[in-house]
Amino acid sequence: MPFYVSPEQIMKDKADYARKGIARGRSAVVLQYDGGILFVADNMSRTLHKISELYDRVAFAAVGRYNEFENLRLAGVRFADMHGYTYDRSDVTGQMLANAYAQTLGAVFTESSKPWEVEIVVGEVGDSPDTDQIYRITFDGSVVDEHDFLAMGGSAERVTAALRERYVKNMSLTEALRVAVHGLAHENGERRELQAASLEVAVLERSRPHRKFRRIQGDRLVRMLEEAGAADETAAEQTPEDGGATDGV
Amino acid sequence: MSEAFMGSGRLPAAFMSPGTSSFVDFLSQVSPDRLPNLAGLPSDGSPAHLTPEATTIVALVFSGGVVLAGDRRATSGNVIANRDMDKLFRTDEFSAVAIAGAAGIGIELAKLFQVELEHYEKREGRPLSLEGKANRLATMIRSNLGLAMQGFVVVPLLVGYDTARGEGRIFSYDPVGGCYEEHRYHSIGSGSVYAKGALKKLYRDDLTETDAALAALQALYDAADDDSATGGPDLHRKIYPLVDVITEDGHRRMSAEEVESLAQTVVAGRAERPDGPTAPVR
Repeated sequence: MPFYVSPEQIMKDKADYARKGIARGRSAVVLQYDGGILFVADNMSRTLHKISELYDRVAFAAVGRYNEFENLRLAGVRFADMHGYTYDRSDVTGQMLANAYAQTLGAVFTESSKPWEVEIVVGEVGDSPDTDQIYRITFDGSVVDEHDFLAMGGSAERVTAALRERYVKNMSLTEALRVAVHGLAHENGERRELQAASLEVAVLERSRPHRKFRRIQGDRLVRMLEEAGAADETAAEQTPEDGGATDGV
Repeated sequence: MSEAFMGSGRLPAAFMSPGTSSFVDFLSQVSPDRLPNLAGLPSDGSPAHLTPEATTIVALVFSGGVVLAGDRRATSGNVIANRDMDKLFRTDEFSAVAIAGAAGIGIELAKLFQVELEHYEKREGRPLSLEGKANRLATMIRSNLGLAMQGFVVVPLLVGYDTARGEGRIFSYDPVGGCYEEHRYHSIGSGSVYAKGALKKLYRDDLTETDAALAALQALYDAADDDSATGGPDLHRKIYPLVDVITEDGHRRMSAEEVESLAQTVVAGRAERPDGPTAPVR
């Protein structure tokens, strides 16, 4: 019996499938702070990274299926190294990598029966906050040029809403980390305590020479989270007063 | 955009295959024409005059790290081709390479080695061991043997801070790709015999970083004194040797002012005693 499925239905099914796959995993957030770009992922593994360096000024963050985004990361590293070696290190840009990823994901989405269940971000730190670039690339190859902050994965909408509450432009790194952890803690509606062991944190640090990418881990991360936690408590103590004042007005 | 990306614009299949952690291996599969390899070159007559060469590089370890220094001259026959050349390359956080021999090929090799180390580090999530870096460079030189036999001889010197052992180390190479670990100090290039003589007399086990840099500049002065292909400190143009220091804190290039003041000390000393500092006879 011949049967027909419309292209619209096929694409819709694929998109639903990819979205479901991505929603199963934990989220990752990307925020601009005064000294560069911060990447934070909810990740229990210390060896399987969701965040990594692509090139001197360019980093990669992803959520979804590990084998699929690892494949993309690897291809990006090769692409960047090959381009930088052929021309000049300064000729490797985040935009170029975002385009290559978009084309690749777009082609996979339309040509193969199973789309890739990934969402990725390519961030490039510029000489000033205005020239920072953050691109979000989704499973179907669409690219969005983002600013300030973004969340992807699990329940990205809830995390985004939590980030929006607290995000301020030109925050310090500790403040940005505090906001990021606050956002990730709101995943799935539950409020979770996030420890250093379950966070993967890295920055593209504007002032750093040569390669701007740096992981923040171990004692340094624990210290920064403690500082952020202390600031959180102060904020919590002040909130009732603030709330009272607002009610009064 | 490169040939590999012509057409669809998507990343080609070769980029997506698990493959190797080596950038050189990857490039030789995908786009071998980009590697420094002139294998098809006619072998009649030496083409070595095509690229400037000659240099003196010195390296010595001190407690806590290693110092690498190079003069600035490149020559083409008896002509000075370049007065302010940079022959030292930071290859990663904890290593640097200096080159002697055919400049064109050497610079390309250093650049490729830098990408190779970074590529490995990015792929594997951790850097190569210092031995791993040394052996990798040996393989890359060996693959250049064809070029070496046509006159494009490149001999690098690799220095690094071994984070596992907590000390500076020096590796030298021959044109065939032999890798030799040197103890305490070493020099390569046309003026190396003179520089090594100077280092032999000046080296002490308790040198500080500044002492080590000073010893390196003294050795380069002696090399320039007796080797026409090595440039001495150029006081009028303010061109001084380049000095890289690698310690636990990573790679640092000494600032121009720092080297200038050390070089002025050496030159002032030579005004008193042209043959330089001496070691005790007994």
